Amino acid sequence: MKAFTNVHLPDGGSANVMIGGERIAAIGGDIPAGAETIDGQGKLLAPGIVDLGVFRVDGPAFRFGGIVRAALMPDQSPPLDDPGLIQRAAYSGKPDIWVHPLAAATRGLKGEELAEFGLMQAAGAKAVATGRRWIADSGVMLRVMRYAAAFDLTVVSHAEDSGLTGSAVATAGETATRLGLPAAPAEAEAMAIARDLALAEISGARLHVRQVTTAAGFDLIRAAKVRGLPVTCGITPAHLLLSDLAVSDFRTFAHLSPPLRSEADRHAALEAVRDGTIDVIASGHDPRGPEDKRLPFADSAAGAAGAETLLALSLNLVRDGVIALERLFELIAANPSRLLGLEGGRLEPGAPADLILVDQDAPWRVDSGRMRAAAGNTPFDKLPVQGRVLRLFKDGREIA
Amino acid sequence: MSDARMFPHRHLLGIAGLQPHEIGFLLDEAEQWVELNRATSKHDDRLRGLTLINAFFENSTRTLLSFEIAGKRLGADVVNMHAAQSSVKKGETLIDTAMTLNAMRADMLVIRHASSGAVRLIADKVDCPVLNAGDGRHEHPTQALLDALTIRRRKGRVHGLTVAICGDVLHSRVARSNILCLTSLGADVRVVGPPTLIPAGIEQLGVATFTDFDAGLDGADVVMMLRLQMERMTGGFVPSLREYHAFWGLTPERLARAAPDALVMHPGPMNRGVEIASAIADDPDRSAITEQVEMGVAVRMACLDVLTRRRRGVEGWA
Repeated sequence: MKAFTNVHLPDGGSANVMIGGERIAAIGGDIPAGAETIDGQGKLLAPGIVDLGVFRVDGPAFRFGGIVRAALMPDQSPPLDDPGLIQRAAYSGKPDIWVHPLAAATRGLKGEELAEFGLMQAAGAKAVATGRRWIADSGVMLRVMRYAAAFDLTVVSHAEDSGLTGSAVATAGETATRLGLPAAPAEAEAMAIARDLALAEISGARLHVRQVTTAAGFDLIRAAKVRGLPVTCGITPAHLLLSDLAVSDFRTFAHLSPPLRSEADRHAALEAVRDGTIDVIASGHDPRGPEDKRLPFADSAAGAAGAETLLALSLNLVRDGVIALERLFELIAANPSRLLGLEGGRLEPGAPADLILVDQDAPWRVDSGRMRAAAGNTPFDKLPVQGRVLRLFKDGREIA
Repeated sequence: MSDARMFPHRHLLGIAGLQPHEIGFLLDEAEQWVELNRATSKHDDRLRGLTLINAFFENSTRTLLSFEIAGKRLGADVVNMHAAQSSVKKGETLIDTAMTLNAMRADMLVIRHASSGAVRLIADKVDCPVLNAGDGRHEHPTQALLDALTIRRRKGRVHGLTVAICGDVLHSRVARSNILCLTSLGADVRVVGPPTLIPAGIEQLGVATFTDFDAGLDGADVVMMLRLQMERMTGGFVPSLREYHAFWGLTPERLARAAPDALVMHPGPMNRGVEIASAIADDPDRSAITEQVEMGVAVRMACLDVLTRRRRGVEGWA
């Protein structure tokens, strides 16, 4: 038996938290005799982060960022479209990190033929994902959703109408025009969401739009939730904190997919966090080295290393009064866990003892040259942030 | 007496970031080279001993030639590097190429590349001044400077003129640099073209947009035609060459809508019978097209001179 004492909890309270074996035994009450006591020194004890949608299993970055479980996108080499690959991916982080692979919705992620969801689910896949791209063929997407619904698998989609986006690397507007970058209208997102919502309605599938980044997109999700559709959506801190002005000077670290949007869309994203439209905040962790990033902007790969900065950047939302601390941990732990059908992500007796001890105020500076991640491609280079994971426990066992 | 305060920039990567007086300074500097280039002996030795490398990662004939002549007339050792697009397309190779040129101790790099921002990427990695000779759809600053010089010489001013930039604005670095340069110098700039070739948000650069060519030309003092890249046809941006010519091709009848003394310009190479009728292109009273080429050499000489002053230890610049 272990017992955390002198900690405060996301709901603002403070209580002793007892761990029995791999699970939380009790919250509150006296420390049992003989228990090993861990003095939290007044810091925050919270559920370990469940990161819905990473592109690489990156232990050191996850450890630093307080991520105990990560849903791995199927965009691997080769794509996760086969039960054997799913099984191997599911073991790739153990024992320290649990990797929950997302099954490719179509073979080779080509958007044409259904992949073997059933067998992949049996091999450990927790959801089905379209990958980095949208499935352009609506007939294929409908079959994906119907088939996934039968296996009770959530479909995780990427929402950008590929006909509109083409080879675009930026959002159409003043910045892209000044820089001469191929750009697509932000409406490409709402068009994709509208279609996928219609298909979700026909098929009865649970739909999770991994990243929604525009006001029009949020409006559609909001309305669908009111209608009672089983739809959820997520975002990464980049789209909450940055607009497309960040790509000025051709900074390839700010080349993301979907691309950064206008300041008005960024404000709409903050509002969507505030009003509950957004269910998940994830890192989108996608470390990319110089061979992918030290290139002319349009030739560079999209993506950012986000695992280390997810918690500290998200804590800004609490400090700025957008959401309460308790809600933040729903967004980064409880909700993604529930979406994937996992047990973790909650502070309650019986839940796995996946816990992080956090100093919310500890200041540090993001430095792309000194990241734990496999590569330092962060659009937040040199940004001073606050909030650091002091200790991390997986199934009651401390991970160094 | 001029000094580094007149042009405090290490590189010339674009018109963006230049103050109006800095643009004016480069144009003033170019005037002397117009004179020299018209003399029998066209030589100046101020860049003697300096190595100028023209690294062109995208095909070009006239711009490359213009920079080569500009460098040679100033006495530099000029080397041209044609990097086939295929072999240098991948990124680290581009940086590696830049580092190689740097290691060869180039004193000045003139770079053209098919990707927006590529020249800046190189400029951040080398020790010598870099001049952007065209990067993707982004900027082509010496083209805008030579156009401004041509206009200034023919019209006596740029301020207050109405300039219509016509055609494929979406894919044009010439259009972007000219919009920035001409608005900075106080011209009233319009962009005119098919709606599929006008980029989103261009109005925020301080221009008015027109899809009706006649309305866009109305009363214009300068009509600047852009080249229609033939591959835009296959991209589905316009239905056909004949339709393009019918609605956005400059013909003598159309030109009558512009000011009576309107100047016609084109960055070249022209698609005769597509964006411009030969009758206009060949009319010396209306067309400034050959003069643009002439001003191009002078402007490039001015830029090479100014950008190497610190390196050469010119008084007030070192």
